[in-house]
Amino acid sequence: MNSSEQTAPLLEVRHLSKHFGAVQALNDFSMAVGPGEVVALAGDNGAGKTTLIKAISGVFQPTGGEILLRGQPVTFATPQEAREKGIETIYQDLALADNLSIGANIFLGREPMRKVFGFLPVLDRKAMAVAAKQTMGRLDFHVSRLDAPVSNFSGGQRQAVAIGRAVYWDAQILIMDEPTAALGVPEQRKVISLIHQLKAQGRGVIFISHNLQDIFAVSDRIVVLRRGIQAGERKISETNHDEVVKLMVGG
Amino acid sequence: MTSTSPTETHVAPQADHGDPARSWLARIAEGRAWLFLAGLIICFEVWSRLSFGATFVLNPFNVQSIAIFAVAPLLLATGQTFVIISGGIDLSLGFIMGLAAVVAAHATNMAGVAMPVPLAMMLGILAAVIVAGVPGVINGLLISRLRIPPFIGTLGMFGVARGAAFLLAGGTTVPVQNSWFALLGNGRFYGVPYLVIIAAVFVVVMHYILSQTRFGQHNYAIGANVQAASRAGIDIKGHILRLYVLSAMCAGLGGALYAARFTAGAAQAGEPLLLDSVAAVVIGGASLFGGSGTIFGTVAGALVIAVIQYGLVFVNVEPFWQFIAVGLVIIISVLIDQAQRRFSGARQDE
Ligand SMILES: Nc1ncnc2c1ncn2[C@@H]1O[C@H](COP(=O)(O)OP(=O)(O)O)[C@@H](O)[C@H]1O
Ligand SMILES: [Mg+2]
Repeated sequence: MNSSEQTAPLLEVRHLSKHFGAVQALNDFSMAVGPGEVVALAGDNGAGKTTLIKAISGVFQPTGGEILLRGQPVTFATPQEAREKGIETIYQDLALADNLSIGANIFLGREPMRKVFGFLPVLDRKAMAVAAKQTMGRLDFHVSRLDAPVSNFSGGQRQAVAIGRAVYWDAQILIMDEPTAALGVPEQRKVISLIHQLKAQGRGVIFISHNLQDIFAVSDRIVVLRRGIQAGERKISETNHDEVVKLMVGG
Repeated sequence: MTSTSPTETHVAPQADHGDPARSWLARIAEGRAWLFLAGLIICFEVWSRLSFGATFVLNPFNVQSIAIFAVAPLLLATGQTFVIISGGIDLSLGFIMGLAAVVAAHATNMAGVAMPVPLAMMLGILAAVIVAGVPGVINGLLISRLRIPPFIGTLGMFGVARGAAFLLAGGTTVPVQNSWFALLGNGRFYGVPYLVIIAAVFVVVMHYILSQTRFGQHNYAIGANVQAASRAGIDIKGHILRLYVLSAMCAGLGGALYAARFTAGAAQAGEPLLLDSVAAVVIGGASLFGGSGTIFGTVAGALVIAVIQYGLVFVNVEPFWQFIAVGLVIIISVLIDQAQRRFSGARQDE
């Protein structure tokens, strides 16, 4: 069903390694994500999941191996460089400025300006609000109060704002570190539905979760990490909870 | 079984995003300093009429005096507003102001020897603002590069600026010989003191910077969540540096205007004003935790302090009561801020 044989995947990592002193956090790890594909990354605490996404998103440099974007080798000195290449990472709590509106968060760091009186530049809040409304609409998330600070919204809605920002800036690959942790069940479902939307839009998603329910609800493939090595990779349609748990704990 | 369609999993977003009770509370908090100011003025009006049969607020002399009184603390407080919104604090502003006042006096006098009076005045003011920027640069570098907490870094600069100001003043006050400078500090335009006009223009410019520019927007974001701001690509170190230079230059202008008003520069010019500046920001509705506050809130806060100080003298209360009254107002403002945070925090966690 997937044509990854003919065309290069959106993102591929080959033989990636990262050690912190003596700790081998990631060891000869390989995986790929295609357009419109959702890949779940599973593994016990300390397995190296966060290390992997930090190496991909430019937070730090891998010790070995390579990262390929549409078949081209790339290196990212900073998260900004990764973002400019369309790789957006969405963190659980640290993503938003709570005191600012949705629009202001989407445009944080690259705010649009307009001129008043023909010379005085001012923040174009209207453009921000319009873009916020459109973007959140694309995620099937409709807000009435676009000027409200995001602290007024629930956890799932804030997650949606962070995803909305990535979508607005046209990220092709979204990496989410436990996007459903710390959310209530209805909110978890909302985030899962957002991931479906991203998939339908042809974006690639890497999503870390402990929750097998979520993984089976949304992923095409699952990659299991165990103590820094790739312990297994399965198509979701060809595996089950038991097998995944066995891969995670080993044996 | 393995894939669920979006329509099935779709959950309607929660209907009410702007809880009316909360936004009502937020509006009260933003406007509380102005309400408080109005209440305070009414109190003094009643008090004055009952005790002396005289009006307090309808007397233009009183209004003018309060406005002039508020100028210097307000200039410090506008800079302090930016710093506090970013989650920091600037304890060095008082002595940066003193340093600037001394520099303004010296520079004006020295320039006056060689050039026309108005030009000497402008040079003096410029020198004060630029010299004030130096401790601001050091504050900014200490806090952004060396990761020294703002409280400690600016406390150190408090001492350095204080020493430098007294050394430069030679331990005394430095009189200014410049007729334009004296006029700037004491003259009026259609009855409105120049100092008040300058402060008003300055406040509008600072309001513009805080509410309408990227710098202002980033300042709010950094105060709320510095990691989010950094991840969004904002240059945190550069911003913090510019921030402390800005606040120091506000104090620099405050020092120059002080020298104009008293036609002398004094190292201790801003000493009592540092706490007033923090108080004005807090009374004005900003949170000491960062992320919230407005310039016009701070204007109200500075006026509250000025009205308390001037009003108590006017109704003939011993001046020491000023300290107690201002102190109580600060405590009440912080309590309101905390109550509001607790309330919104409870809402957020559901
Ligand atoms: N910055 C770091 N310095 C040293 N060791 C680290 C660092 N980050 C992660 N590690 C170690 O690398 C291993 C993998 O951690 P991590 O990637 O956070 O796992 P996960 O996200 O799967 O729980 C752990 O043993 C952890 O202690
Ligand atoms: Mg982790």
